[in-house]
Amino acid sequence: MRHLLSTGDLSRDEATLILDTAEELARVGDRSVKKLPTLRGRTVVNLFYEDSTRTRTSFELAAKRLSADVINFSAKGSSVSKGESLKDTALTLQAMGADGVVIRHSASGAAHRLANWVDGAVLNAGDGTHEHPTQALLDAFTMRSRLGRLEGLRVAIVGDILHSRVARSNVLLLTTLGAHVTLVAPPTLLPVSVHTWSCEVSYDLDDVLPKSDVVMLLRVQAERMQESFFPSEREYSRRFGLDGERLGRMPQDAIVMHPGPMVRGMEISAEVADSPRCTVTEQVANGVSLRMAVLYLLLGGS
Amino acid sequence: MPDTHAPHLIRGARPLGGDPVDLLLSEGRITEAGPGLAAPEGAEVVDAAGLIALPGLVDLHTHLREPGREDAETVATGSRSAAMGGYTAVHAMANTDPVADTAGVVEQVWRLGREAGYCDVRPVGAVTVGLAGERLSEIGAMADSAARVRVFSDDGICVSDALLMRRALEYVKAFDGVVAQHAQEPRLTEGAQMNEGRVSDRLGLPGWPAVAEEAIIARDCLLAQHVGSRLHVCHVSTKGSVDIIRWAKARGCDVTAEVTPHHLLLTDELVESYDPVYKVNPPLRTAEDVRALREGLADGTIDIVATDHAPHPAEAKETEWSTAAMGMVGLETALSVVQEAMVDTGLLTWAEVAERMSTVPARIGRVDGHGRGLAVGEPANVVLYDPAAPVAVDGAAMATKSGNTPFRGMTLPGRVQATFLRGVPTVLEGEIK
Amino acid sequence: MPPASPEVPEGTRAVLDGPEINRALTRIAHEVLERTKGGEGVTLLGIPSRGVPLAQRLARRIERVEDLAVPVGSLDITMYRDDLRMAPARALGRTEIPVGGLDDRVVVLVDDVLFSGRTVRAALDALGDLGRPRAVQLAVLVDRGHRELPIRADYVGKNLPTSLRENVTVRLEETDGHDAVLLGPAHRGPRAGSPPARAAATEGND
Repeated sequence: MRHLLSTGDLSRDEATLILDTAEELARVGDRSVKKLPTLRGRTVVNLFYEDSTRTRTSFELAAKRLSADVINFSAKGSSVSKGESLKDTALTLQAMGADGVVIRHSASGAAHRLANWVDGAVLNAGDGTHEHPTQALLDAFTMRSRLGRLEGLRVAIVGDILHSRVARSNVLLLTTLGAHVTLVAPPTLLPVSVHTWSCEVSYDLDDVLPKSDVVMLLRVQAERMQESFFPSEREYSRRFGLDGERLGRMPQDAIVMHPGPMVRGMEISAEVADSPRCTVTEQVANGVSLRMAVLYLLLGGS
Repeated sequence: MPDTHAPHLIRGARPLGGDPVDLLLSEGRITEAGPGLAAPEGAEVVDAAGLIALPGLVDLHTHLREPGREDAETVATGSRSAAMGGYTAVHAMANTDPVADTAGVVEQVWRLGREAGYCDVRPVGAVTVGLAGERLSEIGAMADSAARVRVFSDDGICVSDALLMRRALEYVKAFDGVVAQHAQEPRLTEGAQMNEGRVSDRLGLPGWPAVAEEAIIARDCLLAQHVGSRLHVCHVSTKGSVDIIRWAKARGCDVTAEVTPHHLLLTDELVESYDPVYKVNPPLRTAEDVRALREGLADGTIDIVATDHAPHPAEAKETEWSTAAMGMVGLETALSVVQEAMVDTGLLTWAEVAERMSTVPARIGRVDGHGRGLAVGEPANVVLYDPAAPVAVDGAAMATKSGNTPFRGMTLPGRVQATFLRGVPTVLEGEIK
Repeated sequence: MPPASPEVPEGTRAVLDGPEINRALTRIAHEVLERTKGGEGVTLLGIPSRGVPLAQRLARRIERVEDLAVPVGSLDITMYRDDLRMAPARALGRTEIPVGGLDDRVVVLVDDVLFSGRTVRAALDALGDLGRPRAVQLAVLVDRGHRELPIRADYVGKNLPTSLRENVTVRLEETDGHDAVLLGPAHRGPRAGSPPARAAATEGND
């Protein structure tokens, strides 16, 4: 593994190694010295073209716990906002000796492009509507910790699949790890070729709920309504929102996941968001361990 | 400007792939044809054994970028590129800066072409002012100008307003003109980045659905038939479009259509690299579309091959996919790509290639003196092509100012050895003169 | 020389068999009790992978002799290695610190083979991040020499003079199905420079 660009590039063994490594590294958070010397002298650049304090902070903390030097290079207030191309920025980072670049970009494929221009490892921290591999990995990690397995797990992913990099990465990864994925959304928010994906598709949440071990809700942006993807927030929420009543129809030990940020009252009710079956804060905590694992596996070796 | 006006005796070329003969080019015409011709005094002899002779190619769809984007291409560099590809006439698209929507701009481009002298440059006039799709540009003035414009197009942008399209189709009838439509329904393609389908869904790139092309073609065919005008469809890229054009021709619509070399050979799977060298509009489609386009070109549903040569400077392509410019250079690889996709596959003979790359495009563009065949007395616009000279494509080695070729790294089967424009070599031994 | 058996592959010879390993561990258990005045405050930490079962065996012996339950854990040193960049990133072993932690304990690190001393150095660094033991001691089944750091073992099952062209492999019931210490030729290629460069170092050779 030289870069982490897509979960589709991971074999089952590689994905499992990442999850196992994260499991060991999760214990570092419980120690008095929450730091390992592993990446001492290595430089990790957080290259963020989109605002995402959550993801950037998570990567930053992960890198720092491994003793890497971390540089935050955000699009705002840098030469990037003055029109410098991604390639020139990449060459600059290269000249500075970046061993790893964590990139968040609004353009699908930006991480792939970057990987052509730098020698160091490239970690895709979200590229447009393409993929968000570490999110999917931390989701799988959370499922495995909570439910003890991934093989055979029934996972429903609900919401704006069409524009979701989280959904794309999760479908690829969970399928590799042996889970059964069902995508649930109005047809307008599903890719046209979704029938060729390695998952099931449903337009009916109530039909899927009783058959799901995990329900992962995706954020639905209000602007999609203006673009006629669905008629109104009320109708969306009524058909695809998860409330307490629907939660009650899920299997006893089934969990509710959300990559955040949540829109309470839209895809998830406050009651569900605050329920112990909802893993949102666990996902955040697991994100640090998982990103440590990825940084270690990409930058720790030769 | 090539300066040699000596007669040229071409020895042993195979006209349209037929039996070898000698051709004597003199005073701008083919003056003799037959086996074992004697070389007149002062004649340059060109050994053409094994080479195929075709009438000089005519491109109905070229972007020369001048005026406005001389960093990407100029009329001079673009026409040299055309000569290297075997072209003796090209149509320069109107989406320059300023837009070719007045007699002044089209005459400027036409004059630049004459000064360069590597091929005849026929400007295309914009259908609407500034390509804005709001009101007709001065089509009559452009038709009457020294450039004698006959092809009108807002290429790059679709004339999507049905009423405006109807008016344009009607108006050009007065000048024996043709409207060349870039068929792309704008609402269905907002933000579109590549062909909509399995690959775009996987890559998370907004899709350009086939129906956005097909819907406009269907509408325009019906409009053209209703008002009795000529319609030309640019760069047809989908199987559905081929079906619709076949249907329109069957019901008597006066429609012609073109396909680009890249749509005959490449598919959207290439986009998986996210390398914008594969970004083009209309986008690369699926293998099924490629198959249908080849069949359509073979059976005459698609009339011609046009390059849509679209040079871009390196910085417009060395970027993330979504900000990259759309377009590919194509003049210098067109004939070889057509050989690979159509001739070597048995779909077209060389005579049919000549029709689709010279005769018919000249007829659609009303280009006098081109696309006339290789008989004695015809203008000496000739290309000599070696179909057994595999070339590894390298954008940096091309005559075009921009290297954005999607065929780079591929080996194509043949190369142009010589091009003659009215008897004067613009290319000899594969080198620009 | 006996014919090669599945337990003793061709080209190698057994320098310790099962009963000998057991006797060595029993002796070490007694020595630990002696040196630590009855084992009070002792925590055994095995270094994965084979140090862990060895630590557990030691704990059982101490318990048998002194009727004292000694806390046993494991200490993975992968993230503290000084040769990480010489090989692809490795999978991590388990670090399990017994309840009560390491502060003020006498930590006995347990490993199978003591070689360059670099594993022990890494283990000492790791310990420093986990607590502040009163003392740290080292028990190994085999000391094969060739130290590159000023480190020595407090308890040694067997001192085994070796050449750098040889390889020591420890096999244990818990991890390999049978007990044995084998001596054979180094597995792969010429050793380049100093021991950390032997990227293919087999387990059991620190």
